[in-house]
Amino acid sequence: MSLNVEHRSVRALPSEKPIRLLDNAGHAVHGSATGGFDLPDAETLLELYRRMVVARRFDVQVTALTKQGRLATYPSAYGQEACEIGAISAIEARDWFFPTYRDSIALLTRGIEPGDILQSFRGDWHNGYDQHAHRCASQATPLATQALHAVGLAHAARLRQDPIVTMTYLGDGATSEGDAHEAFNFAAVWQTPTVFLVQNNQFAISVPLSRQTRAATLADKAVGYGMPGFHVDGNDVAAVYSVTRAAVERARSGGGPTLIEGLTYRIEAHTNSDDPTRYRHARDVEHWKRRDPIERLEKYLVSEGALSEDVRTEIADAAESVAAHTREVMTTEAELDPLELFDHVYGRPRAALLEQRARLEAELADAATDAGAAR
Amino acid sequence: MTATTTEHVTPAASAPTQLTMAGALNAALRDAMADDDRVVVYGEDVGPLGGVFRVTDGLQSQFGEDRIWDSPLAESGIIGTAVGMAMYGMRPVVEMQFDAFSYPAFEQMVSHVAKMRNRTKGRMTLPMVVRIPCAGAIGGVEHHSDSSEAYWTATPGLTVVMPSNPADAYSMLREAIDSDDPVVFMEPKSRYWSKAPLTLPVTTAPMDRAVVVREGTEVSLLAYGPTVRTALEAADAAESEGLSIEVVDLRSLSPFDDETVGASVRKTSRAAVIHEAAQFGGYGAEVAARVTERNFHHLAAPVLRIAGFDIPYPSPKLEEHHLPTPDRVLAALDTWEWDR
Repeated sequence: MSLNVEHRSVRALPSEKPIRLLDNAGHAVHGSATGGFDLPDAETLLELYRRMVVARRFDVQVTALTKQGRLATYPSAYGQEACEIGAISAIEARDWFFPTYRDSIALLTRGIEPGDILQSFRGDWHNGYDQHAHRCASQATPLATQALHAVGLAHAARLRQDPIVTMTYLGDGATSEGDAHEAFNFAAVWQTPTVFLVQNNQFAISVPLSRQTRAATLADKAVGYGMPGFHVDGNDVAAVYSVTRAAVERARSGGGPTLIEGLTYRIEAHTNSDDPTRYRHARDVEHWKRRDPIERLEKYLVSEGALSEDVRTEIADAAESVAAHTREVMTTEAELDPLELFDHVYGRPRAALLEQRARLEAELADAATDAGAAR
Repeated sequence: MTATTTEHVTPAASAPTQLTMAGALNAALRDAMADDDRVVVYGEDVGPLGGVFRVTDGLQSQFGEDRIWDSPLAESGIIGTAVGMAMYGMRPVVEMQFDAFSYPAFEQMVSHVAKMRNRTKGRMTLPMVVRIPCAGAIGGVEHHSDSSEAYWTATPGLTVVMPSNPADAYSMLREAIDSDDPVVFMEPKSRYWSKAPLTLPVTTAPMDRAVVVREGTEVSLLAYGPTVRTALEAADAAESEGLSIEVVDLRSLSPFDDETVGASVRKTSRAAVIHEAAQFGGYGAEVAARVTERNFHHLAAPVLRIAGFDIPYPSPKLEEHHLPTPDRVLAALDTWEWDR
């Protein structure tokens, strides 16, 4: 295999109107609005529905726990379930996922334990899950930095003829970062099997999209890199799933990267410490609440007779049990060992760190003695 | 993955040949790539050109474009993708063309390269080497002569080394590539063309140790990279005046070899650290502080810093006034009170 890929450019502009397979009333869309993508079968849609319901229940639960002081912070993805669950469901267990701080529900869908996902937001350690075991990088806080990791890992896999795909999520604000540009460009030049999903939730904390870009759509940026771009209704899980699925298959077969923009909305505040009333109108939030991705799919499934009352109850019960489990693990304080602070910085122990570790150990012993004396 | 051995194969003994530091680094890359097919090399102009300093000369024709290639011109992209490649299990060795060109990669270095192991409690390690041609004295125009070591040494999680001679260049680069942790490998540009008789492969002292390169009894000059030669020249000049100077090549900037340096300082009771970088907040400040903290009662005089001025790096025709010279080193030593 040669890295000198044939020079070619993709010059077709993404449609300005987002690709949509289900409209807001839950009706199947036909014609050019679908971008030629097919509606997934009922079984797939039901599974996506189940995952979204569980994800939202988890998200609501964690926001509540954060308000109770159980977490230091939590960036909610309420309202973005179609993007979060649709895209992650399009990759396989062997593929790698590179999430941001807002993508906890995608990690839940990936099968990671709630307590492990939330370890960082609880403040116990910066990352709580095994990246190799789940093929999930840690949730990146510095914007767009993880996109380059996704490209690098994909390139390494490609050099090894390992047919895996990497997927990364970015926010609309992150597309202003230099690393987003470098990641898009490296991926396109190297033709790495990478799928970029930009969740355009229209706000970077308080700053609206109009302050980030003059581009008609964020997907338009793909053209400049010579890769395909798709502008998708990010509240239509059928569209998100179908478009990302196609991008994943294309990447796996050697077709290179794809940039997908999911147009959605951040219903909740940026985090619990944000005050969105300072920068947006409640009526806008209400407008987008009426475009709820779960309700949309539910209407379709019910109208198709694919979602019985029994199944809906069973899914709601499953969601409740995830919420209960999350409450349980998050209300149990983890045992933290301050001395572990020194243990993972370097593979080879450093004398200076061992000295500092001994100093902290002595301080802890003194504190324990003082506490004993006070008792 | 075919060859994963890290043992250096010793060929039949041969006569030493004169090798430059650039040549020794080239040989180290070549041998590492031959021994371990997880080692890949990329950066700007490292392919057909062989790097602007020719450190990667001939490697692409030997190993092919899947092992060594020219990347797009973007340093954050180079480091960020190397993180991903290392996550997969490769051992990327990437080049930042000049110190000052590495700054776009600062976020990737500080926020990910340095922190990944700690963040993941050791479950995700990054076996990668970031080669950075560093320091000045090559007549370079602006942005080609910075000394950026303190940015990296101030960052926990990074290992930072700087060889001063061809033998160390070979040995330390092999060790850096074998390391499971990220290494910032700084190559003093002004020493690229310095020669030494070498028989490869050569193994010198471990990468994390300082080495006494010239024994003396009255002063310890603590130097690294380009200033080791400065210190040796100062020591030669002082000898004719009856002053016995010991020269310690620090080699490893992070971690700092307190043991070797402390032993030297306790023997001589006087120490000065020499570097090209500006003095204020520079690496020498840390050296002076920790040498003093640990050896105060053995010291006859304050630890001196002999460094570049606290100015942006000068233009080529003025750089000679900025860089520490043997004369400036000896003049600084004269500022101590001597009871001899």
